[in-house]
Amino acid sequence: MSFLLGSGAGFSGDRTDAAVAVVAELIKRQQPSALVFETLGERTLAAAHRAMRDDPESGFEPLLDELLAPVLRDCLDHNIKILGNFGAANPSGACQVIADLAAQLGRADVRIAQVHGDDIRQQLHRLDLQQWEAERLAMPDDDALISANVYLGAKALSEALAMQAEVVVTGRVADPALFLAPLMHHFDWRWDDWDRLACGMMAGHLAECGAQVSGGYFADPGFKDVPGLATVGYPIIEVEEDGSLIITKPAHTGGCVTEQTVKEQLLYEVHDPANYLTPDVTVDLSHAVVRQLSPNRVAVTGIRGKPAPERLKTTVCYEGGWQGEAEISYAGPNALARARLAEQVLRERLAFRAPAELRTRLDIIGLASVFDSDSGELQRSASASASGDYRLRLAAEHSERRWVARATQELLALYCAGPAGGGGVRRQFQRRVFTASYLVKRSDVHAHASLFESSALGEYRSECDAAS
Amino acid sequence: MLQAERTTKTANSSTTVTLHQLAHARAGDKGERLNVALFAYDPDRYATLLEQVTEERVLALFAHRGASRVRRYPLPNLAGMNFVIDDVLQGGVNGALNLDGHGKTLSFLLLSLEVNI
Repeated sequence: MSFLLGSGAGFSGDRTDAAVAVVAELIKRQQPSALVFETLGERTLAAAHRAMRDDPESGFEPLLDELLAPVLRDCLDHNIKILGNFGAANPSGACQVIADLAAQLGRADVRIAQVHGDDIRQQLHRLDLQQWEAERLAMPDDDALISANVYLGAKALSEALAMQAEVVVTGRVADPALFLAPLMHHFDWRWDDWDRLACGMMAGHLAECGAQVSGGYFADPGFKDVPGLATVGYPIIEVEEDGSLIITKPAHTGGCVTEQTVKEQLLYEVHDPANYLTPDVTVDLSHAVVRQLSPNRVAVTGIRGKPAPERLKTTVCYEGGWQGEAEISYAGPNALARARLAEQVLRERLAFRAPAELRTRLDIIGLASVFDSDSGELQRSASASASGDYRLRLAAEHSERRWVARATQELLALYCAGPAGGGGVRRQFQRRVFTASYLVKRSDVHAHASLFESSALGEYRSECDAAS
Repeated sequence: MLQAERTTKTANSSTTVTLHQLAHARAGDKGERLNVALFAYDPDRYATLLEQVTEERVLALFAHRGASRVRRYPLPNLAGMNFVIDDVLQGGVNGALNLDGHGKTLSFLLLSLEVNI
């Protein structure tokens, strides 16, 4: 019998009602299964660490309650394991929220496990680090450091399931490891069975972004049409003991699972397809075959595995000064000339109202923006209708808040002192976070799991964590 | 289903179309590195893509964004290829001032390339 992996969320900010249809389908199938929430992006973790610095009770996925409330009772009643990296910077805080929620649902006896060991901030400067190949950034100063987290593999999560945890809460782990762990626990695969590990890891890779494999992030009207995108079904992966995979989705949901949707997700964020590095296995996709079996059922075969890389990837987040944005719209007759004049005026103003090291970028949305360079090469050569609907956008960064505030205020002032008919100004600025990636030795990382014991102890632990 | 291919007749009777007519794509980011996976709708067009959507042309297409290197990994089983493009994200998701620090929209910049069929 296959093991079913369901996806409940593919990023922090994903639809919070998506898991309901997935859980209904898992219950209907009456097979061993797990539901995974992947909610931790590269910079979500930095935001969580920063939030926790201000409020020790925060630091986990802000929508945790909203994500779990609709499905927690059903999952507990039907032995559907829940795994999520929604612990972010504060897994024990997330455990407490889940324990409270379960208690409200009449399941105060819920078994929740927490994964430890990803946070290496305290020992970072004592470790032997190698720079990740795609980056050339210098290690930040101590006082700028916000967080340093290793992408853990599936072992500690599988350990948590062996403790009969019903819910497993993690911080940073490799996203697909959230899916590999229940497979390792259920099938008892060996940790050097590279082909099976690779299949399990790719099951996770295909499902970790939620709807991106089942019709989300795919529609291109007239070319790639997707039915029912408003109610797109999140994926379910059927995994056999031999590692074979079938991607599908719940009945009566929107979206589609086709060879095309699966191929796009198979290569998503992959570099060399023959050497896709994960903490538990190096995956070789160069012989992968994708085949439609029936509507909304696609098989992936030919995935092979090789020994795991020697080092683990670590993301370091550090203070990156301030960034701000402001926008103003021009529409109707001669709008493009008015938008261009506004841009010119703003450049002139910033030249004497802001320091030279203020870094800025100006786009005219509607003319050229997302494809353009920082220097506006496309914008200068682009042609567009003189009358239309254009929006001048300023982005600025500086180490000091006041200069970013000043720059965006100069755009705001175009209301009364700029060209005719400008409107709809929005401005905002915030601290920015930089990230850098390094490779650490496996022997320097100590991942393990523990059962979350009681609310009192949980509170005590979060206080210790916050104080340390 | 594909719309009728919009075509432009050229002198030697081959036709020029945008890559968007023949292929679909998805972009992903890690740091300052972008990958764009490209797949032919019709496997019979795969050879055309291999011949014309080269590392050199993709590097030229992304040159204004500061692209320093492009590597192409052909995946014949999938009638596709994966492009890995370095230094094209203007700082990446955390460092960029552009609207799309992830470079997610750039799959459609690749699809705007012209090919002859």
